[in-house]
Amino acid sequence: MSQIIRRELFPGVWLRAVHTNKFKSAYLSVTLFAPLDKETAAANALIPSVLRRGTAVHPDMESLSAALDELYGGAIEPVVRKKGESQCVGFLASFLDDAYALGGERVLESAAALLGEVLLKPYTQDGVFSPDYTDGEKANLLDRIRGQMNDKRTYATHRLTRIMCGEEPFGVDKLGDEAHVEAVTPAGLWQRYQDLLRTAAVEVYYCGSAGPDRVEEALKAALSGLPVNGDRIIPDCEVRLTAGPEPRVVEEAMDVTQGKLAMGFRTGGVTCWEEDYPALTMFNAVFGGTTLSKLFMNVREKLSLCYYASSMVEKMKGLVLVSSGIEFDKYQTAKDEILAQLEAIRRGGIEDWELEGARRTLIGGHLATLDDQARQEEFWLGQAAAGLDTTIEELCARLEKVTGEQVAAAARTLELDTVYFLKGKEG
Amino acid sequence: MDQQQFPQVGEEMFCQTLENGLHVFVFPKPEFQKGYAFFATNYGGMDMKFCLDGAWHQTPAGVAHFLEHKMFDTREGNALQDLAANGASPNAFTSSAITGYYFESTEKFEENLRILLSFVSVPWFTQESVDKEQGIIGQEIGMIEDNPDWKVFMNLMAALYRTHPIRVSVAGSVESISRITADTLYACHKAFYDPANMVLCVAGPVDPEQVCRTAREILPAQAGPIAAKDYGEKESHRAAQSLIETAMEVSTPIFQLGYKGDVPRRGEEGLRQQLVAELALEALLGNSSPLYARLYREGLINQGFSYGYESYPGCSFLCAGGESRDPLAVRQAVAQEAGRIGREGINGKLWERIKKGVYGAKVRGLNSFENLCVGQAQAFFAGTDYLRFAQLFPSITKEEGEQLIQQWVTEERAALSVVRPRGETA
Repeated sequence: MSQIIRRELFPGVWLRAVHTNKFKSAYLSVTLFAPLDKETAAANALIPSVLRRGTAVHPDMESLSAALDELYGGAIEPVVRKKGESQCVGFLASFLDDAYALGGERVLESAAALLGEVLLKPYTQDGVFSPDYTDGEKANLLDRIRGQMNDKRTYATHRLTRIMCGEEPFGVDKLGDEAHVEAVTPAGLWQRYQDLLRTAAVEVYYCGSAGPDRVEEALKAALSGLPVNGDRIIPDCEVRLTAGPEPRVVEEAMDVTQGKLAMGFRTGGVTCWEEDYPALTMFNAVFGGTTLSKLFMNVREKLSLCYYASSMVEKMKGLVLVSSGIEFDKYQTAKDEILAQLEAIRRGGIEDWELEGARRTLIGGHLATLDDQARQEEFWLGQAAAGLDTTIEELCARLEKVTGEQVAAAARTLELDTVYFLKGKEG
Repeated sequence: MDQQQFPQVGEEMFCQTLENGLHVFVFPKPEFQKGYAFFATNYGGMDMKFCLDGAWHQTPAGVAHFLEHKMFDTREGNALQDLAANGASPNAFTSSAITGYYFESTEKFEENLRILLSFVSVPWFTQESVDKEQGIIGQEIGMIEDNPDWKVFMNLMAALYRTHPIRVSVAGSVESISRITADTLYACHKAFYDPANMVLCVAGPVDPEQVCRTAREILPAQAGPIAAKDYGEKESHRAAQSLIETAMEVSTPIFQLGYKGDVPRRGEEGLRQQLVAELALEALLGNSSPLYARLYREGLINQGFSYGYESYPGCSFLCAGGESRDPLAVRQAVAQEAGRIGREGINGKLWERIKKGVYGAKVRGLNSFENLCVGQAQAFFAGTDYLRFAQLFPSITKEEGEQLIQQWVTEERAALSVVRPRGETA
């Protein structure tokens, strides 16, 4: 079994370390928490990519890649995530576990040092970020923002949340918007970087074969350059309890052959902090979270109304989002049917096999997370963002107790807030 | 059971060929929660023409994939549902070369394995359910045809190859699948789903002997005939077409640059070709190569740039691609760099570093049961074992890498596929 510890490395800088011999690699991450804000999102999103371009010691990608190759093909990837209304920026890193190094050397200390170097000792010109790196990464970020429309399935869900939460921080895209990216200057970005290092709550993660004390020592040494500040706080997340009086309906047209229908619901305040959260996740699994779900079995399989139909929970924000791909002329039928399936759950129309199947799938998924370093990191980052310490095993125990009536009750809290339909240009 | 040890990478593999010809591979992982089982047939999207019991069959594009969808139907209902009800996450995929069915579960592994072996080996189709599936797969085809990454890759295949069936979309077209009937599916199942044409790979907290017992119990006792396949005439090294372009709803041009490789040999030689090709690509345009740094600096590629070597029966190729404002400039830069390597060779330090890096990344990849099991199935069909790489790796030389670049990365063997934003001209 693995041992999990959580220790404060410096004020507001926390380490979560999972000690296990299961894996071939050591997994590390460093995450800075910033409040999602239209004014700073673009610059925050840019920072890890610019940092990853070069350090004072390894001034370009070539020399950084060479250093990573020497550490057995280690990886340090810039990452921008959204957890509730926190914009989480930082790095995910994976290195060969010491046990498999051909020369028997210790990889962890060098890996942690390199990670710290990338975060804290950037390559600079005239005391700020290099104009080359800044411009290059601005162009990349703009491509990424524009490229979000390439995958229409993700794009539709994306548009839905933007429209639905337009007046809330949650509606801000984790990558920021084009105008704010374009306005970034090397000096302005440098200032943002300094502010972030000074104010952001920092979450550090390790999973691998090294014992907690060794990990703590390696990461403390690697991050000792962080400014000292006692007020690093994880941002709050606003939860709106109800939808508007009438669901908002937005249709947009693009040159696509398949329509995308996305629907957003508010959960009436049920979030990961509430007693009935396990019931909400069970509801989601029964509704559209698995291949056993009502949306999959009925809307897709039985009625062939769509190629895919699924739902997901935004646990901190209290949202349920439905996503489906349909023929353009099936819009009304598909929408009616999705709502009819929800109605059925509200009335308690849940078969035993649906309930148990949902439970087994959720618990199976949770337990499988213990076997996957990246998924485990994602789980613990989510817990850190929510300020929760609940373990995967505890979540499983809570899921075991959820009843069908509790699932129906969770379904009854849902209010349809926004419908988004992406249709074709002709017809 | 036979047991093979791979101490460098901390793995052991149990293997056995059962009386009915099924090849079983088990990687015991007592410290994990989940078990993973992968049951695959040596039959994929490119196997359209085959000979069984002395008669040649030409089947429409998309049958292997269609069959994959329909195999989940059982006389009693749907196997997907049965597996999901046990908390398993089941799925399947069809590639050009193989069709694989798998599940991952943390509970009731044994029972789930029985369900998997049973639904894949017992066909159950009705014309009605086939007709309905045509609608669902038609939708899927519509969706992938909207996907620019898919389009740019399929166009590359069409540009590299003249006749090899790697050119054909695994899912087929709306037209080709309209010609599929329940009888087509039964015939192809008979031709390719015999245990002797299949492998079962399992990783997890399992007893290898028990896996074999279960397979013996569920699957037919006797081996049947295996269909012979035909991929058409042998292709020349020359690409069919040097450049292929199309316009779609994308924000930045996306591209795939491909080089036709030598037809891979079976067994260790094929694995060696793969390792040499992977290392050569790293030296030519990989993340720590001088060319990559230059292209990135000049804004010609971004973080989405990726590259790889792929091999199938009868063909292999190198490909590299992503987003670029000027794909033609990328192609030219790669050609120049290949020319330079031809003259000056690969830097010795770079080569050693890359070997270390690629080795570590491969070992880290073994964390994934899916990599391990799918990798072993593919390697076995190609006549080798997945984990053999660990033993072979140290012996790969810089000269082999240089030679591969000189022979493969040439104008003659190259094709560039570009998807441009609508309204933009080259």
